[in-house]
Amino acid sequence: MNGRGFGKLEIAGAAMVLSLVIVAVFAPALAPHDPTRAVAATYGDPGAPSLAFPMGTDQLGRDVLSRIIYGARISLTVGVAAMAETIVIGVLIGLLSGFFGGSVDFLLMRFTDVMLTLPALLLAMAFVAILRPSLFSILLVIGLVSWTQVARVVRAETLSMSKRDFVLAARALGAPPARLITRHVLPNVLPIIIVMAALGTSSTLLLDAALSFLGLGVPPPTPTWGRMIEEATIYFRTAPWLAIFPGLAIFYAVLAFNLLGYGVLRARSR
Amino acid sequence: MLVFLVRRIVFGAAVLLGTSIITFLIAFVIPADPAVTMAGAKADPQTLATIRHQLDLDQPLYVQYARYLDRAVHGDLGRSYIRRESVTRLIASRFPATAVLALSAMAVSLVLGIAMGAVAAAYRGGATDNALLIFSLALVSMPVFWLGTMLLIAGGLYLRSFPLGGYSGPLSLVLPTLTLALGSAGYYSRVLHTNLAEEMDRDYVRTARGKGLSATSTMLKHAMANAMLPLVTLAGLDLAGLLSGVVLTETVFNWPGIGRLAFEAIFNLDIPLVMGTVLFSAFLIVVANLVVDLLYAWLDPRIRLSETV
Repeated sequence: MNGRGFGKLEIAGAAMVLSLVIVAVFAPALAPHDPTRAVAATYGDPGAPSLAFPMGTDQLGRDVLSRIIYGARISLTVGVAAMAETIVIGVLIGLLSGFFGGSVDFLLMRFTDVMLTLPALLLAMAFVAILRPSLFSILLVIGLVSWTQVARVVRAETLSMSKRDFVLAARALGAPPARLITRHVLPNVLPIIIVMAALGTSSTLLLDAALSFLGLGVPPPTPTWGRMIEEATIYFRTAPWLAIFPGLAIFYAVLAFNLLGYGVLRARSR
Repeated sequence: MLVFLVRRIVFGAAVLLGTSIITFLIAFVIPADPAVTMAGAKADPQTLATIRHQLDLDQPLYVQYARYLDRAVHGDLGRSYIRRESVTRLIASRFPATAVLALSAMAVSLVLGIAMGAVAAAYRGGATDNALLIFSLALVSMPVFWLGTMLLIAGGLYLRSFPLGGYSGPLSLVLPTLTLALGSAGYYSRVLHTNLAEEMDRDYVRTARGKGLSATSTMLKHAMANAMLPLVTLAGLDLAGLLSGVVLTETVFNWPGIGRLAFEAIFNLDIPLVMGTVLFSAFLIVVANLVVDLLYAWLDPRIRLSETV
């Protein structure tokens, strides 16, 4: 960025994100077993990691590695789709607020303040419980409770952009607000939006995993990382691997997007 | 200063009012009939009608809201449909466990975060700085409920040094505190590092260095005071968040706090309890915002002076 090249952080982050995408897309080819079927003979008892099952098998004899590989699909879908929703809502509110100012700004920002005051996890839990857990309801709800930060940052950035000379010049030439926003302000706010998108994905991933862990995730039989950990809690004395590996998967995914976001952010501020 | 204070209080009250309206609307769309929840599915229509009347459910929505608000202002958040107890009393009974955990987590995360941030900034650009950057990003990226489970497996099962959950004495506080503190510590250290790096490039720091003060004492005595300011805001709001209950950590450690209460309320669609816990949380955030603003104005004269003009 800024013509100074990419740093190690964002390259590592990008490579990790790419690896996740590959795993999610090619899950059927990469997974050694069917994630929803009992494949181990140890039915009823979790099986320890072995050569045949590197991450062990769960209480129903299903292969943990295969379930984690398929779990990447749900996590990435929810994480990225909810992030996109967050960005759309946040950018819209931030742009309008920062560009028009005055009473538009006042109303939108007070609404943002109210949303910031409500506890996100409780709100998400309540909404999902009302709507019943499904892929659609989960990504809808996560987006609805996480856009506030984006709106604030985009507003601040838009505010400073709208006062720049090139925007004033365009305005003096008679450009309508819609054109000013889309052609002059938005392109200049884009870099910070990209950073917010990367960091936002890591928080939507965490929120999705948390909902899943609390029993409000995408319902079975679809394997999700959060629910794998929740199901493992009663076996954590005898079969800790059931909790360790899915958690590492969440950790890897969240770290990937955090490295990407912080890397780009740091490169921008250098 | 008085104008500043009054403006902030009015603003906080307005936000809280907005929050209560949204909470009320959410409760209204919950597809559970409170009367059926209380009396059971087989209750006769007469009983259900009586209960609805008692709960004001036969009134228009704005009347229901006005009455709810009136009671809430007087400290009465209604009665739990399931537990048949006063919501205010339920929250009060869970608050001590949550408060103990919140305060100890906040203390540990601040000490750890400030130490990591200061060390990283002192070795800016070096290997220590990079290692601490990666470490703090890793801390931030860990899902709390997983970190809690791992600490439980390591500290409770293998070391056998800590209880496996519940709230019983100082030892039971260690693992949940670490679970909550490590992530925030990573975050605080990042924020402090960024601010310290910015402050160290300023003129007053160069002046102090020019007068012969060592790099370390310039940082600790001069730059640190300014760099810590944004941490006040973050820590204040985080503390309010912690005090309103931490669902995930309390779930992992079977901690009898407000987070568990809210979790059960949502699962049972116990509307007064859901609204009560959400409003309590919003109230704490608004108060924290107010306190942080005042603290800020007191710590930093630049803000105080610019606001009163």
